[in-house]
Amino acid sequence: MEAVLWPLLVYFAAALALVSAILTLSYLLGQRHRDAETGKPYESGIVSTGSARVRFDVKFYQNAMFFVIFDLEAVFIFAWALAVRQAGWTGYAEIVIFIGVLGSALAYLWRQGQLDWGPRRRRRLAMDIPKENDRLRG
Amino acid sequence: MTVVTFIIHFVLIFILALGIMVLSALIFPFAMRRIWGFIGDRYGPNRVGPQGLLQPFADGLKLFIKEDITPSKANRVLFAMAPAITFITPMLTVMVIPFSPGFTIANLNVGLLYLVAVGSFSILGLLLAGWASHNKYSLLGGLRSVAQMVSYEIPLILNIIIIGMLVGSLSLDDVVGSQGKVWYIAVQPLAFLVFLIAGMAELNRTPFDLPEAESELVSGYMTEYGGLRFALFAAFIEWGEVAVWSMATSALFLGGWRGPFGGNAGWLVLKVLVMAFFVIWVYATFPRLQVDQLMAFAWKVLIPISLVNLGATGLFIILMPDNFLLPIAAFSWVSVVLLVALFPGLLRKALLRKRLRQMENFKLETTEA
Repeated sequence: MEAVLWPLLVYFAAALALVSAILTLSYLLGQRHRDAETGKPYESGIVSTGSARVRFDVKFYQNAMFFVIFDLEAVFIFAWALAVRQAGWTGYAEIVIFIGVLGSALAYLWRQGQLDWGPRRRRRLAMDIPKENDRLRG
Repeated sequence: MTVVTFIIHFVLIFILALGIMVLSALIFPFAMRRIWGFIGDRYGPNRVGPQGLLQPFADGLKLFIKEDITPSKANRVLFAMAPAITFITPMLTVMVIPFSPGFTIANLNVGLLYLVAVGSFSILGLLLAGWASHNKYSLLGGLRSVAQMVSYEIPLILNIIIIGMLVGSLSLDDVVGSQGKVWYIAVQPLAFLVFLIAGMAELNRTPFDLPEAESELVSGYMTEYGGLRFALFAAFIEWGEVAVWSMATSALFLGGWRGPFGGNAGWLVLKVLVMAFFVIWVYATFPRLQVDQLMAFAWKVLIPISLVNLGATGLFIILMPDNFLLPIAAFSWVSVVLLVALFPGLLRKALLRKRLRQMENFKLETTEA
């Protein structure tokens, strides 16, 4: 199969042309005014306080990390999926080990409560540590 | 190729590119409001033109002459870039979709990989929109949509891989080409189910529309956008993605352009309309999920199911390299029936256990304090 790539470029150009045409048209047609409140952030009519560059929950960052790990897994599986017939049992055993390792990572995260959104479970685990120490000391 | 055919191709592709996005932005929001009206026993918009058919043009014109407000504290460059990035994504993904026999804009041999790789560009745009707006609601909406979309991206990719395994190729042309005898929805209903749920979450549609939950976040990442930039987010991108996602689903599971009386693009359009109707129907029927339930569902239910399904599919392909469709279909149908029968009960038990644990913790804390 000969890959014909020029339509890709044409299409990309079309997409860029359309989006810039839309934005330019709306810029030219739209009204412009500037009052005291125009540039203020909209927070349901309540006067905004402080900055929006606030610290947010670390869960979002963690989630992105998990995504990177499992997404990379998917990339490796892509390679195997294409050659599943040629790779045979050897390849199958290897991919089962590979998925098994990541599956146990998933189970570990689950057990740790990293997949739960909300503080309860994790706090309980943190509280367990001093109790555990007490138990070990006897 | 002569110059004339080249120019004809060029013009055709250009028109197709504009047509898909503009048409879906014109048709789907209007159809959604009328169907919503019908389901909710109301009329929906029916005043502008016959049956309200000119409503999308009126809306479009209104949005064109509205002001593009940029909040004074916003990061101006990123704020303007975000809708453009997100807008280009569905247009780029559509390139690998086979429209009719022998007509794909770019028949890549890594089509499936291209689909998921380019399809996730839009996440970047949403994050930029949320952050650049300098609004707390936008920030939360942007973060939420990123968290949700990346989580559901994984089951989506895993199920695309399953189809790739069945076909033995990553080209979407081959995927549709190999569905001559049987569509893959009949072979892998389990993969279809997971793909459908994950896809709805990718599209930020109800019951997964937490990023723009209007009761908590005003309008999520698009709170600060107005005029045509808002239209880009709310009409072009949302519904353009619905159109593209429906096309991808049709190509992967529903036989693409195939149908009785010889395959052509008409069947693809019909399937896209049916899928879009399904999306709107679910939108009008289901309530919104809680954010913790939403994230847990992707990681604790969809990903394990997809991994097991992947392993089983590979096993059957190696066991019976000549005749693997039948055992895979048997496995998949049995799992779907079992899941549908058992899942509600299991979920109820798990939730009950969680509630009991929480009560115990509460008792512990109060007695310790």
